[in-house]
Amino acid sequence: MQSADTPTSNAGRAPIAEFRAATKQYGAVTAADQIDLAIMPGEFLSFLGPSGCGKTTALRMLAGFEVPSSGSVHLDGQQVNLVPPHKRPVNMVFQHYALFPHMTVADNISYGLRQQRPKPAAAEITRRVEETLTTVRLPGFEQRRIWEMSGGQQQRVALARALINQPKILLLDEPMAALDRKLRREMQIELQSLQRALGITFVLVTHDQEEALSMSDRICIMRAGRIVQIGTPRQLYDAPLNRYVADFVGKSNFFAGPLSQIDGPIGTVSLPGQSGQGRLGQGVQKGANVSLSVRPEQITLTHSGPGLEVLIKNRIFLGEHTEYLVNHGDLGDFLILVSRQGEALEGTFEPGEPARAHWKPEAALILNND
Amino acid sequence: MSPKLINRLLLAPAGLWLLTMLVLPIVVVVVFSFGERAQAGGYVPAFTLEQYLNLPARWKAFQNTLTLAPVGTLIVLLIAYPLAYYLAIKANPKWRTLLLILVIVPFWTSILIRSYAWIFILGGRGIPAILEFFGLEGIRLINTPFAVLAGIVYGYLPLMVFPIYVSLERLDKRLLEASADLGSPPWRSFLQITLPLSLPGVATGCMLVFILLMGEFLIPAMLGGGKVFFVGNALVDLFLQSRNWPFGSAVAVALVLVMLVSVTIYMRAIKRWGNGRDDVSLM
Ligand SMILES: Nc1ncnc2c1ncn2[C@@H]1O[C@H](COP(=O)(O)OP(=O)(O)O)[C@@H](O)[C@H]1O
Ligand SMILES: [Mg+2]
Repeated sequence: MQSADTPTSNAGRAPIAEFRAATKQYGAVTAADQIDLAIMPGEFLSFLGPSGCGKTTALRMLAGFEVPSSGSVHLDGQQVNLVPPHKRPVNMVFQHYALFPHMTVADNISYGLRQQRPKPAAAEITRRVEETLTTVRLPGFEQRRIWEMSGGQQQRVALARALINQPKILLLDEPMAALDRKLRREMQIELQSLQRALGITFVLVTHDQEEALSMSDRICIMRAGRIVQIGTPRQLYDAPLNRYVADFVGKSNFFAGPLSQIDGPIGTVSLPGQSGQGRLGQGVQKGANVSLSVRPEQITLTHSGPGLEVLIKNRIFLGEHTEYLVNHGDLGDFLILVSRQGEALEGTFEPGEPARAHWKPEAALILNND
Repeated sequence: MSPKLINRLLLAPAGLWLLTMLVLPIVVVVVFSFGERAQAGGYVPAFTLEQYLNLPARWKAFQNTLTLAPVGTLIVLLIAYPLAYYLAIKANPKWRTLLLILVIVPFWTSILIRSYAWIFILGGRGIPAILEFFGLEGIRLINTPFAVLAGIVYGYLPLMVFPIYVSLERLDKRLLEASADLGSPPWRSFLQITLPLSLPGVATGCMLVFILLMGEFLIPAMLGGGKVFFVGNALVDLFLQSRNWPFGSAVAVALVLVMLVSVTIYMRAIKRWGNGRDDVSLM
């Protein structure tokens, strides 16, 4: 596991929350396994991984709904394993919002305020609700009923409800899973600017890599209850720890084989019918079974240039780019992304046509399989 | 066949049933209630208000019904709610079905047989004998309002438990997590989330129990021993014993009116209480 590389702006500051070897077991299932993580104040951190890998469990330990089976969770330097949710300075946007169906929008949003003792004055509550509704761009919706709101509006209400107590950390569990694509994109941008404006630490759980990559300062890649790698989106994209991370962050082609030779920073992988070169990833050893990872946009497709002889199988027009699925006799199918500029130089390629695929050794990365 | 015809055919059996079993009897009873008693009992056509003017003679039965039915409903509610709460929220899901079956097991035998059991339990050789053993002498339970209430609670509990259970079971448990997350301790979450969201079940249960209790006659007859009697007992007496059909009809009409009035008041209250909420209705 790679140590937590924190953004430089946070260097030297104390973490606002910490997992220390936090483990959660449900009977025989280990939902979270030895999680070590320091969350820095003001950062936007995401847990990214496939469904069932323990993201929600990690978040629920922070919120106080789950007590770690072993290890500990800390908030502001205090160990909080046994502190119940209602006494923690964090708030959560639930996966399906969990809005109170018998209350108006205003009553939902003011719920957190109304739990404070002493209770704030009625005028103060009204003012804060109005203010928060404006923050989430739903001004004037106070008296609406929950079922009168669209999915996107409900999501904003859930956000407002969680923000009104000004939590130290806002937890978001797949908040955009139920929204359509366009709305999701809008909401992502809004959430990100909201986080910048409020300066609150956001911890987001998602299985959508695009979402995690576009919004987060740092991402925790998880698998089977464990953190595989922590880093900024760029670090994860450019220097994935292993094939799993490379596969999860962005698209990549993998060619598996043993690492037969090492020359300085470049290694050679024996592939069916040929060998492939690439930069050595972290911890790869000569003789080990590795994967040569090549991002689709790193491959140049030409009609008669150098490189592998391939057959165009399929073409998907993506606007800025065109994605080609090609087949190589020994290596099988892989993807190539051709930009508009590339197409301007070489022209388009038709399915069924032969072509050449080429990449520089520095563009490929040799990674451990896991 | 036209859809209209199909609709009519579908509704025909129920409509017929409603007409012969509800509308006709009510019409008959209303007509009878303005009549006179025949010499040998039964009915002689007439138009007189005599029977209605005579109603105060049965005031005691109305008084008992109008106190014991609401009080009984309330006690049943107070016992049923925690039970339903336990079954729906606290009980291990593995045992839930079994526990629910246990709640309705008493319904598998006739209320008559079960009431006999209560006669024994509350009678001289039952609980009073045990109390006597501990030095509490001269306590009479059978044929008292207490005995009737005990029978009511016993007989009507499942009717209240089930609707409340269903509304609690349906409650999204994540709402309680959201409440806790926003700073509410468990008991306040109960008052602010669980209780309001289970009100539809409470309203349904109360309605069911109250309406059925208003017409109850078996439990007071067996456990009240003629000392604690409901309007239902007066009706049995008037129709079957003294064969005073017109007066019985007047009593029956009065009971129906009292029921209508109290149910209307109840529904109004629920509506105001629910403050226009769509999720708090009768059912
Ligand atoms: N309350 C629970 N009881 C038993 N198993 C659970 C419970 N909650 C989660 N799990 C299991 O723990 C694992 C991780 O779940 P979760 O944290 O919800 O994953 P994610 O949010 O990444 O999809 C899954 O295998 C899930 O089945
Ligand atoms: Mg989840």
